[in-house]
Amino acid sequence: MGTTSPATTRNLFEQETGLTSGPGLDPSAVAGYPDHPPRVGFFTDTSVCIGCKACEVACKEWNNVPEDGLVLTGMSYDNTADLSASTWRHVAFIEQPAADGDGDLRWLMASNVCKHCSQAACLDVCPTGALMRTEFGTVVVQDDICNGCGYCVSACPFGVIGRSETDGGAHKCTLCYDRIGDGLMPACAKACPTESIQFGPLDELRERAHQRVADLHTAGQPDARLYGADPADGIGGAGAMFLLLDEPEVYGLPPDPVVTTRDLPRMWRHAATAAGSIIAAVVVACAGGRR
Amino acid sequence: MAECHPVGFQWVMEAKARGATVIHVDPRFTRTSAVSDVYVPIRAGADIAFVGGLINYVLQNERYFRDYVVAYTNAATILTEEFADTEDLDGVFSGLNTEERYYDFDTWRYQGAEVKPASGEHTDPDARQSHAGAGQSNGDRRRQAIRGNLRRAGRGEAHGSGGAAAHPKPDTDETLQHPRCVFQVLKRHFARYTPELVEKVAGVPQDQFARVCRLITENSGRDRTTAFVYSLGWTQHTVGVQYIRTAAILQALLGNMGRPGGGILALRGHASIQGSTDIPTLFDLLPGYLPMPYADGNDSLADYVRAESVQSGFWANTREYLVSLLKAWWGDAATAGNDFCYDYLPRLTGSHSTYETVLAQLDGTCKGYFLYGQNPAVGSANARMQRLGMANLDWLVVRDLVMIESATWWKDGPEIQTGEMRTEDIGTEVFFLPVAAHTEKSGSFTNTQRLLQWHHQAVEPAGDARSDLQFTYELGRRIRAKLAASQAGADQPILDLTWDYPTTGELAEPDADAVLAEINGHGPDGQPLTSYTQLAADGSTACGCWIYCGVRAEGINQAARRRPWQEQSWVAPDWGWAWPANRRVLYNRASADPQGKPWSERKALVWWDADLGTWTGPDVPDFVADRPPEYRPPDGATGVAAISGSHPFIMQADGKAWLFAPAGLVDGPLPAHYEPQESPFRNIVYGQQHNPVRQLIRHPEDRFQPSGSQPGSDVFPYVTTTYRLTEHHTAGGMSRFLPYLSELQPEMFCEVSPQLAAERGLEHLGWATIITARAAIEARVLVTERIRPLEIQGRILHQVGLPWHWGPNGYTTGDAANELAHLALDPNVHIQEDKAMACDIQPGRRPRGPALRTLVRAYQDRAGITDTTGTEM
Amino acid sequence: MKRGGEKAMVPDADFGSYYGRPVVKETVWGPDIPAYLFLGGLAGASSALAAGAQVTRHAELARALKCGAAGAISLSMVALVHDLGRRMRFVNMLRVLKVTSPMSVGTWILSGYTPLALAAAAAAVTRKLPRAGFAATAGAALLGPAVASYTAVLLADTAAPAWHEAHRELPFVFAGSAATAAGGLGMLTVGPGRAGQAVRFAVIGAAGEIAAKSLLLQRLGATAEPYQTGRGGQLMDISEVLTAAGLAVAVLAGRTRVGAPVAGLALMAASALTRFGVFEAGRASARDPKYTVRPQRERLADAASREQ
Repeated sequence: MGTTSPATTRNLFEQETGLTSGPGLDPSAVAGYPDHPPRVGFFTDTSVCIGCKACEVACKEWNNVPEDGLVLTGMSYDNTADLSASTWRHVAFIEQPAADGDGDLRWLMASNVCKHCSQAACLDVCPTGALMRTEFGTVVVQDDICNGCGYCVSACPFGVIGRSETDGGAHKCTLCYDRIGDGLMPACAKACPTESIQFGPLDELRERAHQRVADLHTAGQPDARLYGADPADGIGGAGAMFLLLDEPEVYGLPPDPVVTTRDLPRMWRHAATAAGSIIAAVVVACAGGRR
Repeated sequence: MAECHPVGFQWVMEAKARGATVIHVDPRFTRTSAVSDVYVPIRAGADIAFVGGLINYVLQNERYFRDYVVAYTNAATILTEEFADTEDLDGVFSGLNTEERYYDFDTWRYQGAEVKPASGEHTDPDARQSHAGAGQSNGDRRRQAIRGNLRRAGRGEAHGSGGAAAHPKPDTDETLQHPRCVFQVLKRHFARYTPELVEKVAGVPQDQFARVCRLITENSGRDRTTAFVYSLGWTQHTVGVQYIRTAAILQALLGNMGRPGGGILALRGHASIQGSTDIPTLFDLLPGYLPMPYADGNDSLADYVRAESVQSGFWANTREYLVSLLKAWWGDAATAGNDFCYDYLPRLTGSHSTYETVLAQLDGTCKGYFLYGQNPAVGSANARMQRLGMANLDWLVVRDLVMIESATWWKDGPEIQTGEMRTEDIGTEVFFLPVAAHTEKSGSFTNTQRLLQWHHQAVEPAGDARSDLQFTYELGRRIRAKLAASQAGADQPILDLTWDYPTTGELAEPDADAVLAEINGHGPDGQPLTSYTQLAADGSTACGCWIYCGVRAEGINQAARRRPWQEQSWVAPDWGWAWPANRRVLYNRASADPQGKPWSERKALVWWDADLGTWTGPDVPDFVADRPPEYRPPDGATGVAAISGSHPFIMQADGKAWLFAPAGLVDGPLPAHYEPQESPFRNIVYGQQHNPVRQLIRHPEDRFQPSGSQPGSDVFPYVTTTYRLTEHHTAGGMSRFLPYLSELQPEMFCEVSPQLAAERGLEHLGWATIITARAAIEARVLVTERIRPLEIQGRILHQVGLPWHWGPNGYTTGDAANELAHLALDPNVHIQEDKAMACDIQPGRRPRGPALRTLVRAYQDRAGITDTTGTEM
Repeated sequence: MKRGGEKAMVPDADFGSYYGRPVVKETVWGPDIPAYLFLGGLAGASSALAAGAQVTRHAELARALKCGAAGAISLSMVALVHDLGRRMRFVNMLRVLKVTSPMSVGTWILSGYTPLALAAAAAAVTRKLPRAGFAATAGAALLGPAVASYTAVLLADTAAPAWHEAHRELPFVFAGSAATAAGGLGMLTVGPGRAGQAVRFAVIGAAGEIAAKSLLLQRLGATAEPYQTGRGGQLMDISEVLTAAGLAVAVLAGRTRVGAPVAGLALMAASALTRFGVFEAGRASARDPKYTVRPQRERLADAASREQ
């Protein structure tokens, strides 16, 4: 074992354990949907976001997510602050000097959402099975099962999911599971006036996203980059990818997120060794002397 | 546009994706600026200087579309010798009556043509008055008083559809060399609007200005077109109409009118504002931009038609339009024998704009007030005066979705807080009636491009809520029942009304489709009309609004059509219905050259098909369908027959786009930069500081501030401008009461630059008090680079941005920015100037109780403000 | 500009952030959880030591430790359930067994261990059913160490940088700390002079804990800051002082009537403070985006330089 690469380790681990969220592009199949519809997701092109927040409102309206406080944050026009149990879409506003240095200003806006990771930490760590992979490859919380342990909150590398103060359960974006099953777009994508939020089969979206970045590069916007579109990244690729115009951390996104359970096999080994060391210590302590 | 019209802005983003360059000019860096290719910060109130500079660039560098300009504009038209420009008179035009502050338009006319007043414009009373000698009778004096009132009313709004007209055959010089031709006048007029001047007045650096000049001219001409989009940032000024005139001149010079991708688009404040001028909520208009008859000179139907119609073009059919309207309203009671009930129409004796109505309330002459979805206690300029006016009424009816400030000022308004009013002293009886939302009723919206779109009822109104249609119909029914036995002449117009709409649904709401049918009109056989060209002057047709005629052609609600764009031509004629006659681009004859061929294939919209002998193209041609390009009207032709085959602007008597407006505007035939009513700067363009004929509402509660170099102007050293945020809607009735919207913008704030924050000691997220001669309000401070200090006339100007959505009621509350605004108005359309005001700003919250008014009075004293301050011409 | 909360945003020069706001969410767990970590460790290590004591015929120590373990694990269960957002749904933990979820695994370990610990204690106190008691004691001794060390995985398997990055050493810190606490419990509960095994156990545990901790600090570099600064650092420091003091008293005055319980209490307190310190360090590391962003940036830079 010591000579295997982490990736191999993980594969072995999966074979042994039947991980509920797998790597690669077909998490639904891994999760046990042999004949499932194509994996769907979001491509959020922040270069055309106008910060109207229609996505935030449409999401709350459709999903009946509660209003969560009237706080003027002073963070530009962002008074939502972050994703949480009561915010499933969040538009970030960043005021910064323009890169071309002519004294101009750049005002970046980006609508953030759950990434529906291919390797979803929230789903992995959930002790009740409340978090599940759907046939569309998305990750949802089953509200009637969640017992509010809050583990998923700490596990998410993006700080997406939260625990509600009012009902004690964990909540996050469902990618409008109750709409896409009926052939409808998620509410946020439907409400987006500029097609900054695009919904569709993930393969198509990924293609479109790469094309868009290429176009922007040609058009003289070298800052454009994709985020969450690489299946080889630390979360196996996101189900919601983004086109960003600056480093991810500027938008409050982790630059190189890794699903925490990637290291879990090693953690278990260390824990087992540590447990063994207690027994060893008992042996030493009890065998060592008269008293 | 992204900020206030995010849904419509999707098409700008679509255009951008296809390669369009987006330029945004605004005092603040907005969400529009964020996605624009070029952002140009500008001093609020300096747009005429900026756009005038563009015109000068186009003229000096010969970047205009010459063939278009010669053929389709009045550039070649020669003016009379009597006309004197601002160049000659240091900032005013000839014809200015300095005593009574109005312009006599006599000298603005074309040479070789008698000035024929346009539809709805009356130069005659003024002209006659100037010849009136001594020894007038009482009747003369009364008549003169009415004329004076009418002059102040201006009646500029009577030109929404086509504009005023002039003689069809003036003298011209197609070489554009004649010193008095419009082109040369224009060239001289704008010559002083140099890049240096633009920089000094508007604060736009010369290199940036040059970039905009280049981008706009490179994108205009035979193969390309440029569109202008404006909103309340252009209209709410004492020279608001002239702002848009400036853009109109530029667009006409560049050949961007009547062509796809061109034009000037007005973005409205909310849904169906276009509809509310088409079928007007304005005091001086009847449906379809027919002028409201006035009390002197419109005595009979024949007098009205003589005075209001013109000889050539479609306004020549004024009689057909009005008679059909009278038939729609009074049905069988309207007969040729009684002038089709023309005398039932009220007569104007003066201006009754919203602000004059407030004065009438304060005078005690206006005793009752209906508010249909309007919240003047927050949304109208000098909101305090609005409340004082309402407190002097006998009764007030507020119809709204929620308990807006205009319904509750009597118990918890700002004047109750300051102790100026006590609830028990207020005699106004206030009725609040809950209303149905748009989802709870069917009806149409008319948007800025004249597109009618039908919306269907989704659910029945909840509780006691009813549609405005139901209320108005029911009110009429009850009034008619009370008057049923009356023989009084004054009651007959109400009793004779056709007031018989069918009702539908559980709540017996009047059928909106039946109202649309009445608007569309019907012929003698009762069948729906298909076009306004069918309207007759003999009473055989009825039509509630001639420009909407055809919206229900074939008995089908054309506004309810929703064929997807993928399934039709790029003009998408089967989505909704656009007046007139479902034309999507007005004056689209101009998209073809004088011979009827498209200027370019890329920009083809309509063209002459010689084989078929008709105009054709993806859009409905805005022209006489079978009139060949080479048609020239015979001498003495009138009406539609007088329209030349090569004159696209068919609502104008001369068929041309007007670079120079010989009539129709009360404050000048050409735009000129004047400083706002309240400005920290002297006008360096002319000696004339303000628009000399701006309308001033004078009242002790509406004091004006000193401006420019006047002593005391330094008490208000900053410029403030009001605006909206995406997250809220107008005066807040539809957003501040909703948790999901309130949490997105939870507090009233002001936006200031870091430099101003340092100068005044303002802290990010702290409080600031903003003060004018009317009021002081408080707001949380947002310090942001998005507000940029500008260098104006060699010194730094700071601007203060104020959203105007907040008021004391609702889920999120705050002070209303409109408390600060004054009542100096555009004289054409009576709109207030709250887009450019002078103010002071101080750190900390405003005083409470009586101390608030003390603070305002202290500022008035410091600035030496009296009842005459700011009222000089 | 300021963030909505308590402190002004002062962006670090070497990394960007969104108004200084956290990238990952701070845990929603309250003080119940570090208390549980401590009590679980105490119980688990006590059960293990109890078995050793029983085998080596130190019945008093064995009995005391069994009772302590039973009490501690009962309290820890209360703490665990108390911290749930929906306490009535505690049993939903038993719907599934997921090895990817340390909490699920832990729940099943606890479900196996708790009855055994309780049975062992009951048998010891009642002196009935000695065979069954011995079997329970043996079972608890085998599962107890797992109870003590799995909680390190519980924390490490999160996105909180100070927890996750410490996933190698944390189980050893927790195991050592658990042994320290169990040793302390022994010193506190049996007569002076009869707690030799407990003292030795504590010494070994403390040594292991300190070694693991110093490894952790060394390997984590900047990410270890939350263990050394702020509230977390403070708690860890006090824990260390108490450990040292407890050990000193145990070695020098472990056979006195006052010394033994004082040392025992000090060591138990030290163990508790370690858990609270680790808990606070994780929270602090989640709150400050630099702990999330900086290591990830370095990782990307390393990957990029490797590719070249």
